[in-house]
Amino acid sequence: MKRSRRSFLQLAGVSALGLGLKPAAGLFAASGGHGRAPGEKVLKSEKALKAKQWAMVIDTRKFESAEDLEPLIEVCHKIHNVPSMKDKRHEIKWIWEEEFEHAFPTQELRFLPERIAQLPFLTLCNHCEHPPCVRACPTKATFKREDGIVLMDFHRCIGCRFCMAACPYGSRSFNFRDPRPFIEEINPDYPTRMKGVVEKCNFCAERLAVGRMPACVEASNGAITFGDLEDPESEVRALLRENYTIRRKQALGTGPAIYYIV
Amino acid sequence: MLEKALKGSKRYYGWITVLLAVIGIGFGFYLWQLRFGLGITGMSRDVTWGFYIAQFTFLVGVAASAVMLVLPYYLHHYKAFGRITILGEFLAVASVSMCILFIFVDLGQPMRVLNVLLYPTPNSILFWDMIVLNGYLLLNIVIGWKVLEAERNAVPPPGWIKPLIYLSIPWAVSIHTVTAFLYCGLPGRGFWLTAILAPRFLASAFASGPSLLILLCLIVRKLTKFDPGKEQIQSLAKIVAYAISINVFFFLCEVFVVFYSNIPEHMDHFKYLFVGLHGHGVLVPWMWASLVLMAVSILLLVVPSTRQNESILAIACVTVFAGTWIDKGLGMISGGFVPSPLHHVNEYVPTLPELLIALGVWATGFFILTVLFKIAVTVKEEVAGVAS
Repeated sequence: MKRSRRSFLQLAGVSALGLGLKPAAGLFAASGGHGRAPGEKVLKSEKALKAKQWAMVIDTRKFESAEDLEPLIEVCHKIHNVPSMKDKRHEIKWIWEEEFEHAFPTQELRFLPERIAQLPFLTLCNHCEHPPCVRACPTKATFKREDGIVLMDFHRCIGCRFCMAACPYGSRSFNFRDPRPFIEEINPDYPTRMKGVVEKCNFCAERLAVGRMPACVEASNGAITFGDLEDPESEVRALLRENYTIRRKQALGTGPAIYYIV
Repeated sequence: MLEKALKGSKRYYGWITVLLAVIGIGFGFYLWQLRFGLGITGMSRDVTWGFYIAQFTFLVGVAASAVMLVLPYYLHHYKAFGRITILGEFLAVASVSMCILFIFVDLGQPMRVLNVLLYPTPNSILFWDMIVLNGYLLLNIVIGWKVLEAERNAVPPPGWIKPLIYLSIPWAVSIHTVTAFLYCGLPGRGFWLTAILAPRFLASAFASGPSLLILLCLIVRKLTKFDPGKEQIQSLAKIVAYAISINVFFFLCEVFVVFYSNIPEHMDHFKYLFVGLHGHGVLVPWMWASLVLMAVSILLLVVPSTRQNESILAIACVTVFAGTWIDKGLGMISGGFVPSPLHHVNEYVPTLPELLIALGVWATGFFILTVLFKIAVTVKEEVAGVAS
């Protein structure tokens, strides 16, 4: 009797384990998609802006001081419900300013023109062509879309912060506490986040979907240009043809989609 | 055999009570963290992994060290280790359990942890880490339990257990290799971006784990009628001596490459840890202490007369354990995050709630360890009683 009870318990243990593993059964078959049911379709608006790889060219010559950058940062953080945390450790930022030596820490700094050494640079997610964060994420909560945008699924993120360790640009923020009390005015058109998930710039995917340019681009008075990197006729390609541009930490092979004219 | 854990001396129950109390305190603070978020820890936007992940990394090493008993016994038929392999396997079970718990308490959204299974992502090293850790836990539970059961009934272990034992040998190497791959494959983190990270992790693992095991053997001998054996302890001591020497050698290889190449992104982390950077250097005394501890332990372990003296050996094992713990459990993770990829120096210091939660996880591990060791040692005592 004793023996059978024990073997029953052992069997029950193994079965419970089997139940836990069941979802992994379809593992490699399903690993390509993003968990969409077969036959399910996502319809795009006719107005939606499309591209093969969205990219941004920032003409830093058109910015003079931090004051010129502030409206861009403000509008982004406002429409995306980015909280302003009092504790710097818990800071959330999608787009922010850095000095040259921090935005480009691997670049030679000693004999820079004064203008560049003192100019604040806009920094945001680079929406890399080969994003290390997407490689690291264990749940596909962060993924690269067909149009090159690196997006976050706030509802799938388990908050392991592997993507933050992987990002060489410090572009990601983590909600160390509930952000909602720290949002001055909630924009109902965009979701707020909960504690314990990672977030970052989304290249205004929600605006592109309805045919509008990213908010920072709109607010930049022409200093930022946004367009398709793969389209030779695009405005960004024209700028890249005519100007010498730099990208952040290019040697890492991530292929940042943010170009700076200096 | 589980019933063996229920019958014990007053001292045994006293120890269990202490552990349960520490677990309770840690759990209480975890509930707070669950409610408030990870903001109660010292982690920040720049240092996004802290004490929890560092403990996890260190304990993966302790877990992997069981292979240092299993391999000589099963592959080289070194009979002496047959007496204590079970202790190594049960130490592995306790350590891996702590590893899994440390990852769990580090999650921002622990309720969603099954997303790792629901949306399996083979390109993420964390996915593989989940597989190797859980697999190693299962292997050691099954192997340890079945072999001990067979010993108790004075019959040979079932035939199907052999392939699992052989599998557990490369599997032990894999858990620490995959854990190192979590860090060393990240493009922007110069401190970890080195192929020697996995070998270095393994070397420190095979030093810290067996040194803890020696200490546990000495405790078991003192508290119970089961003697793990002088020869066994000495063989383990030699393993620790080699491993800690190799660990320091690998570290020096790293120091050479980093400083001779003179590449700032690689040097800055070492500077931060050992001399401080831009006036920040909270870990400097710790890192030097770690080096001194490891150097002293090498002296004590390599010289035969000190190694063979069990009281000095015990001290050497404490220094190995403390030295490798500071190296991996404190410096390895913070060191990679400071300075940040944008070259800001924001330091990390764990908070009290964070330390208490970590202590709770350690206590959980020692609870599992105590119960499993109690079972193993009681069976060993019984078998010896029947034989004599």
